[in-house]
Amino acid sequence: MTGLDTLRSAWHGINANLLRSGLTVLGLMIGVSAVIILLAVGTGSSAAVASRINALGTNTITVLSTGRFGRGPSTGGTQVRTANLTTQSVQAIEQHSQAPDVASVSPVVTTSETATYGSASYSTSVTGTTPDYLAAQDYTVSAGSTITQADVTSRKRVALIGQTVASNLFSTGQNALGQTIRLGSASFEIIGVLAAKGSSGGSTNQDSVVIAPYTAVQDELTGYAPFTELLVQAKSTASLNSAATEVENILAAETDTTVANLPFSVINEGTLLTTAQSTSSTFTTLLGAVAAISLLVGGIGVMNIMLVNVTERTREIGIRKAVGAPKSAILAQFLAEAVLLSLIGGGGGVLFGLIGTRFKIEGVTPVLAGYSIPLAFGIAICVGVFFGLYPANRAASLRPIDALRYE
Amino acid sequence: MSHAAVPAGAARPVILLRRVVKSYRMGDVEVVALRGVSLTVEPGDFVAIMGASGSGKSTMMNILGCLDVPSKGQFYLDGVDVRTLDEAALSHVRNRKIGFVFQSFNLIPRATARWNVELPMLYMNVSAGERRRRAEAALELVGLADRGRHLPNELSGGQQQRVALARAIVTNPPLVLADEPTGNLDTATSREVMEMFSELNRLGRTVILITHEYDIAAYAKRVVRLRDGLIIDDRREVAVDAPPPQPSAVTAEEHMFSQGVSA
Repeated sequence: MTGLDTLRSAWHGINANLLRSGLTVLGLMIGVSAVIILLAVGTGSSAAVASRINALGTNTITVLSTGRFGRGPSTGGTQVRTANLTTQSVQAIEQHSQAPDVASVSPVVTTSETATYGSASYSTSVTGTTPDYLAAQDYTVSAGSTITQADVTSRKRVALIGQTVASNLFSTGQNALGQTIRLGSASFEIIGVLAAKGSSGGSTNQDSVVIAPYTAVQDELTGYAPFTELLVQAKSTASLNSAATEVENILAAETDTTVANLPFSVINEGTLLTTAQSTSSTFTTLLGAVAAISLLVGGIGVMNIMLVNVTERTREIGIRKAVGAPKSAILAQFLAEAVLLSLIGGGGGVLFGLIGTRFKIEGVTPVLAGYSIPLAFGIAICVGVFFGLYPANRAASLRPIDALRYE
Repeated sequence: MSHAAVPAGAARPVILLRRVVKSYRMGDVEVVALRGVSLTVEPGDFVAIMGASGSGKSTMMNILGCLDVPSKGQFYLDGVDVRTLDEAALSHVRNRKIGFVFQSFNLIPRATARWNVELPMLYMNVSAGERRRRAEAALELVGLADRGRHLPNELSGGQQQRVALARAIVTNPPLVLADEPTGNLDTATSREVMEMFSELNRLGRTVILITHEYDIAAYAKRVVRLRDGLIIDDRREVAVDAPPPQPSAVTAEEHMFSQGVSA
């Protein structure tokens, strides 16, 4: 019996009961497309998380003025140092001899203010910082000019506004540049509008921001309170960890304490990225596992149908054996039937999967994982072989006398 | 005994059974279906094996058809010692040496007549074109050349049995083995099918027919009767090389009557 004849016999078998074969194929199709779509959703969401973290800047280290949990400033010794992030801290880190991996340090003071322009008002966060902050945070100015070191030194009341702030204070078409807005009681001149960045991590809107020289913000809004945080940019993603260590050492020396007792939180964005990526890969694996279960269920469906087929066609098997079909030919025929079912199911599933991944699911844009198609298709075929083997073997092992007598 | 030495120069017997015993275990009970049967069938013969149910004729049919192997004794089919064969070799023997015709036709329901006839050739190395050609020739021989594309359920019982007959002879086997081929047919159709067997025998094929009907056995050249697993009668009606008898309906009934009384 040639391969073509086997295939033809298998096709005959599938055609014999189209509804039943169709339902079996559907089961596999759902399994295969579920694997493809869910893996795409997983990949898509992890890509989204990665891009959000990238938007934060992957080569930045944030030093928060608040200590890590349970760790206050050291109270030992004669001197009690207040643990504040000050200009001294900034200058210490800026000493390149001590921190060769640090590209820039930006002090950050933040406050919440109501911005008003004319009758429009909008509550926004105000960030006082230096020009380096913009680069470290990937902010770009879409209109107007950026703030400069000179603005910082001369304590100029100038500000950059985010897209959300712009759209809330100004009507469409109105030019915000050169306008003066009020932040609390202070007046700031808008010299630039920031390009849209989108939200980070879903919670904070990075476009709802006013950025101004920290000197001006301290003068007008926060007073000479210590910095809320320092944003340290490492020279590269690779040097992120060494930069973080350097910053920790410098700050420990500054505050007369050890790195372990540092009253600040040094947050390495790289670690954040790794954590987020491992979280989303766990998520992807979980989705894949759920989908694999549905594929397994589909496989059991194949086995079930093949067992029914074998029982229903016992007489045919008897006839074939009587006219000289060897065991191997019967085995091949029924195995081919199971594999053909899973091929059709797998093919249809891939097609459905490809269509399914074109739609946004729960706010996640699925990203088709290249490996998922051969994976799902391959598993479907293996499932067909595995679950087809038992029924096929059962058919092949029937004794012709019994099979012929079967009613 | 009937297996007496084959005359020198005679053709190799198609069937050679020597003291064949077949027993089954049914639970704890040993059932002996054949108790030492010896039979020689020469090429060109037309043999009817008769017996009531329980006589062992079904077991005989299974053994002759290589669907089962004897427990004891020897069985040569066209010179091949069947007892030494494994399952794969047995299917090969069934494929090449035997053409089966069953009581219930046993055609594959969703396949056309021609495809059914092609079936045995699927398990030989025969190309698709050759299969088709030979299947069409066989169908023509049984008078169904125009029915090749029909499904079995579109054919009458007699036509279905003729398709089965075409399937049995398409591989050109040394033996055509028919198990109650007219059991499901009415009298007129039975006669039609039996005439087909006679015709095949006239063309030189060896036919073994298993039946319990005397008017069917009347078509055979030789009638072997089984009872309780033993051959109780082996009567030759017509010489092996003579044409098969052509019983008329009347003589068949008379034959049945006379046999029925004597049995």
